Amino acid sequence: MGDVFKRFGGGLGTVFTALVLVWLAGMVLAPNITMIDYALRPNLPPSAIGGDQDVYSLSNILYLAGEDVHRAIFFKTIWASALVAFITFVVCYPIAYWLAQNATPNQTALVLLALTIPFWINEVLRTLAWYILLAFRGPLNEALLAIGIIDAPVRWFGDTGVLAGMVYAYILFMLFPIYNAIESLEKSQVEAAKDLGASTWRIHARVVIPHAKAGIATGCVFTFMLAAGSYVAPALLGAPGSRWFTQIIYNWFFEGGNWNRGAAYALVLLVLCLVVVLVTLKLARVNLTDVAK
Amino acid sequence: MSHSVELQDVGMTFGKTRAVGDVSFTVEGGEFFSILGPSGCGKTTILRMVAGFLQPTEGKILIGGKDMAGLGPDQRPTAMIFQSLALFPLMPVWENIAFGLEARGVAKAERRRKADELLKLIALEGYGDRMPGELSGGQRQRVAIARALAVEPQVLLLDEPLSALDLKLRQHMRAELRALQKRTGVTFIYITHDQSEALAMSDRVAVMSAGVLQQVGAPRDLYDNPATPFVAKFVGETNAYPGIVRAIDGKTASIETAHGTMRGRAGPALAVGSKASLYVRPEALKAASVDNAVAATVDRFDFEGAFALIHARLPDGAPLVASVGSLDFADAPKPGETARFGFAPDHAVVLADG
Repeated sequence: MGDVFKRFGGGLGTVFTALVLVWLAGMVLAPNITMIDYALRPNLPPSAIGGDQDVYSLSNILYLAGEDVHRAIFFKTIWASALVAFITFVVCYPIAYWLAQNATPNQTALVLLALTIPFWINEVLRTLAWYILLAFRGPLNEALLAIGIIDAPVRWFGDTGVLAGMVYAYILFMLFPIYNAIESLEKSQVEAAKDLGASTWRIHARVVIPHAKAGIATGCVFTFMLAAGSYVAPALLGAPGSRWFTQIIYNWFFEGGNWNRGAAYALVLLVLCLVVVLVTLKLARVNLTDVAK
Repeated sequence: MSHSVELQDVGMTFGKTRAVGDVSFTVEGGEFFSILGPSGCGKTTILRMVAGFLQPTEGKILIGGKDMAGLGPDQRPTAMIFQSLALFPLMPVWENIAFGLEARGVAKAERRRKADELLKLIALEGYGDRMPGELSGGQRQRVAIARALAVEPQVLLLDEPLSALDLKLRQHMRAELRALQKRTGVTFIYITHDQSEALAMSDRVAVMSAGVLQQVGAPRDLYDNPATPFVAKFVGETNAYPGIVRAIDGKTASIETAHGTMRGRAGPALAVGSKASLYVRPEALKAASVDNAVAATVDRFDFEGAFALIHARLPDGAPLVASVGSLDFADAPKPGETARFGFAPDHAVVLADG
């Protein structure tokens, strides 16, 4: 804090500090406090707000606990998000390793550019591209039929579609932390392990992955949180059987007209995400400050 | 007896750059062999080819008489000690040492036993559970050696492992490496750009320059009988006087230089009338000598402890360096004085320029 004033002087330092405080208060604290406030109050007609019935209670949260379908979708969202994180990791790790250890600078620049360009386009449009690709009469089915892998078109929309869309959407959030972590690994570490006779699997399990642990945990945490809070992919690529918890929240707000219950659902999702993240970091023995880097 | 290493016309070309060309030498089993050269001379490339990290683009490498073509570093009876040591920072010392055994599927109790045994060998008993970061530079050095020895290699390849240590520790580690090599009988191939390191430790030294092998020989042999001008200049200090060969009389050659005619031992492939240079070591130059004497004015007297270097200039400005032992300082010429420096023909060598 003192550094800010030392570097920018009293006037500019005050402006910057004020901006940060406004940001924290207006963009972080106020919405979250409002959400908690909504979550704990009953849904009342405007005339009853502030009346006798307007008291804090856990009834909205308990409603979720008692509602079988919503509860099932909630837990499915959690483990499916973990699955998204895991699959994204499996896809990204080899690319990240190759980029960080084996690729020439030109190859690295080219691949990173190719991976980044799609992200210049809005997430909705990117997901829409997958909507077209995975359509029942879309190019993927056409191609698979043409080379004879399948006999009849497959309905990709549903769990598979959601998974594919999310893995694609969050690939960079996994790739960059792992790439940065592996890049700092000395090449001779890998060579020494190989020289001592270690198999490829052992080199990764004992040398590369332990070194890149903070990066991997960071990537998994990012991907998990983004997946759990995702709305576009399940809405576009899902099927009635693959509903995401965010869709239920959306329905409470915009179709059920019960903002209080929607806020309660959102609060539960937020808390559970926080718990999962903190437990993951604890298990990986990574500090939050490492993630922030 | 450990395996020998034989290089037959080995060459390595990266893209358009020829890093190493036509290198042939044989390292005997159990020998301490150094490859000496300035950075970029191709010595590390040779080591990496012997280790299996690189496949030579020409020639053959035989270890223990077996052609190593196509075999990777995990399939060769070699172990490498990297310049950075490359200890695994997240594993305790004993797991580092036992890593090669772990890769070979040795059971944990046996790995631990072997690691403790090696820790004893490198005088680090009881350090097994520390992390590499908690050790000093010299200790880490020894752990790296133990880790390489744990897989019982026939040939140990060392890539300038002492370069990160300070002078005292480096000198101590030289003696330790030498003793360890004698005790284990493993063939050592040691890469260095430090000539005193190579001379002090090795049975034999190969001198490299710009990807070409200059000379292979015992340290004393390289110092006394350099075969090429590069070896004469790179191994130890020397004074060089260019000129034309005027006569070759048995083992002695006369060369006409800008400072008069001088005589020295004739090097290989020397022809009368050709361009050559006479090389003479600073310690061979004596102020009192009458042979081959030249007059020079002393610029500087650099005290080095056991000896001093006298930097002088010949009348045409060419430098001359003579060394004098600390017991003879009183008789040595002082800065500003002009003295005649000479040397016995036996202590100088005439080599064809090339």
